Amino acid sequence: MQSNAALEYDYTVAKLFTYTAIIFGLVGMLIGTLIAAQLAFPELNYLFGEYGTFSRLRPLHTNVVIYGFTVSGVFATFYYSAQRVMKVSMAESSFIMMVGKLQFILYVILAAWMVVTLFMGVTASKEYAQMEWPLDVLTVLVWVLWGVAMFGLIGMRREKALYISMWYFIACFLGVAMLYLFNNMEVPTYFAAGGLGSMMHSVSMYAGTNDALVQWWWGHNAVAFVFTVPIVAMVYYFLPKESGQAVYSYKLSLLSFWGLMFVYLWAGSHHLIWSTVPDWMQTMGSVFSVVLILPSWGSAINMLLTMKGEWNQLTENPLIKFMVLASTFYMLSTLEGPIQAIKSVNAIAHFTDWIPGHVHDGVLGWVAFMIMAALFHMAPRMFKREIYSKKMLEAQFWVQTTAVVLYFTSMWIAGITQGMMWRAVDEYGNLMYSFIDTVTVLHPYYTIRAVAGVLFVAGFILFAYNMFMTMTASKKLEEEPQFRSPMAA
Amino acid sequence: MFHWLEKNPFFFSVGVFIVIAFAGLIEIVPNFAEASRPVAGLKPYSVLELAGKEVYKKDNCLSCHSQLIRPFKSETDRYGQYSLSGEYAYDRPFLWGSKRTGPDLHRVGNYRTTDWHENHMWEPTQVVPGSIMPAYKHQFTNIADIETAYAEAVTVKNVFGTPYGDEFQPSREAWEAHKPKVLAEAKAIAADMKDPGVKAAIEADEVPEIVALIAYMNRLK
Repeated sequence: MQSNAALEYDYTVAKLFTYTAIIFGLVGMLIGTLIAAQLAFPELNYLFGEYGTFSRLRPLHTNVVIYGFTVSGVFATFYYSAQRVMKVSMAESSFIMMVGKLQFILYVILAAWMVVTLFMGVTASKEYAQMEWPLDVLTVLVWVLWGVAMFGLIGMRREKALYISMWYFIACFLGVAMLYLFNNMEVPTYFAAGGLGSMMHSVSMYAGTNDALVQWWWGHNAVAFVFTVPIVAMVYYFLPKESGQAVYSYKLSLLSFWGLMFVYLWAGSHHLIWSTVPDWMQTMGSVFSVVLILPSWGSAINMLLTMKGEWNQLTENPLIKFMVLASTFYMLSTLEGPIQAIKSVNAIAHFTDWIPGHVHDGVLGWVAFMIMAALFHMAPRMFKREIYSKKMLEAQFWVQTTAVVLYFTSMWIAGITQGMMWRAVDEYGNLMYSFIDTVTVLHPYYTIRAVAGVLFVAGFILFAYNMFMTMTASKKLEEEPQFRSPMAA
Repeated sequence: MFHWLEKNPFFFSVGVFIVIAFAGLIEIVPNFAEASRPVAGLKPYSVLELAGKEVYKKDNCLSCHSQLIRPFKSETDRYGQYSLSGEYAYDRPFLWGSKRTGPDLHRVGNYRTTDWHENHMWEPTQVVPGSIMPAYKHQFTNIADIETAYAEAVTVKNVFGTPYGDEFQPSREAWEAHKPKVLAEAKAIAADMKDPGVKAAIEADEVPEIVALIAYMNRLK
């Protein structure tokens, strides 16, 4: 029976994942800044012997920020918001609580194992799927545990209709499960070859062009289901909660959700334009990438219009600022992606620095901003203390916004410069530049990008410190804040 | 209908799954068999080349080098004939890469030599002034794992029917019988090299990573 007493939500698991989000975020971004600096100053490759080269560190950077920082953020916000939108507490089921804690423990073991193996160079080498097969098995286990917790909570829910955020969390769970399983189909050689060689080694089930197709079906849609879907889940929950505004349009959220689900998966082949996959697949990837603007902008516009008539909050509340800017960067990034997926543009953009530029206006401006804002919103409710410093939040906002702008503008210029130089011919039709000319010309842009990295990390340190002080030293709150998160000046 | 789905998580999940699953089916499955066919005359990688491919993966060369020549004149002028699907039929995994911080390597075997690679991997700037590629000196001392490479050859032969000879069998005896061939191939590569450490290792029947890597890159044509 439902009583009138407020539910006591239990944030144990949400807190645990909040800690790992902060730690992995810091580690991953530090490595990212180091490898950015290595491209400008190659001497930095020799800090840790063979373990410190750009090539060895790059997968560490991507894996730690994706599976460490972002996925921790997804789990933390899920374990926080799912209870609240479904009116059910983790404390009501010791089983689900156990599953959540077990998921966290295995996740940390997996993350540590991933870091060690990638440093050693034990890798399946497919992008964002570098983990070798035993780690893949553990990943599946962690994911299944999350599913058990998710559907367990759904089974216990008091609020019968699933809120929009839950649609996206469910989609995240299903999408990643499907894609991950298929992309990581591999045969361990030790068992197939009668106990010869390394236990850790495996070969992909697919070869060549097929492997590329499956990989980018994964690679692109990992972006969909890790960097987009659960982050949209966050913005649908946290922006209305922080601003006290109802979501602008239910119909628009329906259209955006089902549109995104239907369209996103088709666009994977835009990573393979001008490759050896059939032309019709490449065109399909282009077309659906352009169509993808509709559901992406649908969500973003829905969020921005949620603030209708309340734009004054933008100047008063830095968390609103973070979330509105995140939505805006989401619009930028989802316009830029389709532009790069047009075949003629792709001919210039592919293989250049414009691609990491595009990735980072998405992941820094959209994903990281949204996750940090969400964790800041959760902190006063989880730790029952006000946010430690508003000034620090403001400073962080501007430092990191500057960083993102420097990052993508420098990489736009670098990418287009390089793409144009590769194809430039002289009056006789001979190539104008040798390859090394197209590398040395990028030095200033690589330097700017490294500075952007330093700025972003500096902002992240402010975030980590502000969070730490909020957890430990800030003023205690008597009761839970309704909407706007309380913060000390 | 959507209201109903929101209250029925099971059917909601089934709906989401169907909507997201069929794009993959339509784009990947129809061409699968055709894309698996090798070009005429394509030979599978030797065990030494496979070990070199592992070094290529371990030091993650693909984070900066592609193996995919696109069908543009500017690319064929620079790198050679554009890449064909069937040339990759034995590449598990594919190693196209997604970023060219350095040049494409799909046909690097056509225009670089063992000697060039040795100098370049030891200190890239002495061959290419201005290069931002790190030196890979550890490849001269680390020993390549040729046994695992053999295990890979046996695996792809038995599971995927890659045409390796009958002597490739999942047993230690078969490996011991094949090993001298691998060492002989490595010796032939090392004969064109000058590093004394590499030569000493080869004499001691060990294969430094750099030798395997060069065997692999010489094969990329």
